[in-house]
Amino acid sequence: MSDLRELYQEVILDHGKRPRNFRHPADANRAAKGDNPLCGDKVTIYLKLSPTDVIEDVAFEGRGCAISTASASLMTELLKGKTEEEANALFGAFHHMCTQEDVAGASAPELPKALEDEFDRLQVLSGVRQYPMRVKCATLAWHTMKAALEGAERASTE
Amino acid sequence: MSTAATRKPAPLLRNVYDVAAVRRDFPILATKVRGKPLVFLDSGASAQKPRPVIDAVREVYEKGYANIHRGVYYLSQHATERFEAVRGKVARFINAGSADEIVFTRNATEAVNLLAQSYGRAFFKEGDEVVISEMEHHANIVPWQLLAQQIGIKVLVAPIDDAGVLIMEKFAALLGARTRLVAITHCSNVLGTVTPAAEIVRLAHAKGIPVLLDGSQAVVHETVDVRALDADFYVFTGHKLYGPSGTGVLYGKKALLKKMPPYQGGGDMIAHVSFAGTTFREPPHRFEAGTPAIAEVIGLGAAIDYVESVGRARIAEWEHELRDYATQRLSEIPGLTIYGRAAGKAAIISFALDCAHAHDIGTILDQEGIAIRAGHHCAEPLMDRLNVPATARASFAMYNTLEEADALVKALHKVRELFA
Repeated sequence: MSDLRELYQEVILDHGKRPRNFRHPADANRAAKGDNPLCGDKVTIYLKLSPTDVIEDVAFEGRGCAISTASASLMTELLKGKTEEEANALFGAFHHMCTQEDVAGASAPELPKALEDEFDRLQVLSGVRQYPMRVKCATLAWHTMKAALEGAERASTE
Repeated sequence: MSTAATRKPAPLLRNVYDVAAVRRDFPILATKVRGKPLVFLDSGASAQKPRPVIDAVREVYEKGYANIHRGVYYLSQHATERFEAVRGKVARFINAGSADEIVFTRNATEAVNLLAQSYGRAFFKEGDEVVISEMEHHANIVPWQLLAQQIGIKVLVAPIDDAGVLIMEKFAALLGARTRLVAITHCSNVLGTVTPAAEIVRLAHAKGIPVLLDGSQAVVHETVDVRALDADFYVFTGHKLYGPSGTGVLYGKKALLKKMPPYQGGGDMIAHVSFAGTTFREPPHRFEAGTPAIAEVIGLGAAIDYVESVGRARIAEWEHELRDYATQRLSEIPGLTIYGRAAGKAAIISFALDCAHAHDIGTILDQEGIAIRAGHHCAEPLMDRLNVPATARASFAMYNTLEEADALVKALHKVRELFA
């Protein structure tokens, strides 16, 4: 069970069972749907961006495993109040943490100190590295959020 | 939580083989996964291979390998004879009328594509209909959808009831003047449902409609007799039948195969080639372009020998015992739903837990050394029908034991401890 507890930490179980910001905000001005064709996980990410590109609200709906639900839930908590630029930086850091691969050829992205502390909250998901088949569960919400930021309607882990 | 204590004593079986001895024939079953003895419950995706199959493939490469159907030398002749002998073996295995009715393909998927692109393209017109069912594997959906895009046929879908049984009245009502083919599974890879194939054929033939049965699961769990069923086409894959991957079979009635144009062009399928025009060989060779999976097909022959040495009726009896026992034990788990309740179903059990997603179940079971399938099982339309995003599936084979069903149940209790 010790390996399992590393993947399914209490925080993940909690957010998987009781996801935060699981709703459809009426005033969202960006939305994207994401799906993982391999396993059937589906998520919709809603963003409310201010005129100065600050994420005033972020929420999600969908269905998926504990990992994907918890990842989406934790992401929404982290992104509220962040700028688009900060969200992109967090995406890069999260993607790197899960896959150990660099995004678009960049080396391990460096986060500003202020973001780094907050990003630590996502370390609970780093256990997916040991489970290649589950990495996409953790990254689906983030890919979909990025698609929403970029004005795309769909994201896929494929 | 003592799950073993609730286990009923092993029933007295009439006619069962020595499962422990069979297990010793499958080397992989002695391996450990993540430090635990492997409990392999994903044979529905692909079965493990017994020693005689592994040995047969190795022996071909070590002692008897050459390309077939072309060499004048001993090795080629020897390989050709062994390869062609399997054609006869497959014919006997499903009781085809002749070895010439057996076409080797890469897998069942390729066999259905062959049929769609050869038979379908040659004989179907825009507006013609192919009737499939709601519980088809993607392999028996997508080839027909491709044909629909290419020539404008329609794909009609016969529904199932909540137990996972084909609704025969609705199926019969779909058979019309434009129906050119019925293409239906003989056994669902998700629900385990064994369809009433003979009745399906009877209803279709009454309207002059030929029938393709997808037997990928059925040949593993049942004794199949294509002539008794009067099936026009029957496909299955070798790797689920304890044989090597890369082997599949299309059975077709001789008269139908004879009028079908080639599927792929190349070597071995031609009679004469000139730049002015080319003539093609008779079936089955017309449909086997290029060098086939020589060693693997010979391995498939060894797999059929192995299955017959254990005995298909005895395997079916043991699998039914596993099915009944596992179903009963799984039903005792709170919040567990089993999908597929058809009478006489195969030992394929799809289920969901109310507290955990199928992928979480799969990952946790994996930690216990238990391999199950989690996902949509290449049957997304069926998942929509069941209104679940994914299910977990335990599929049993001749080498599984009641203790392995217990291990599954015990691990599912662990899942509940974590998630419930």
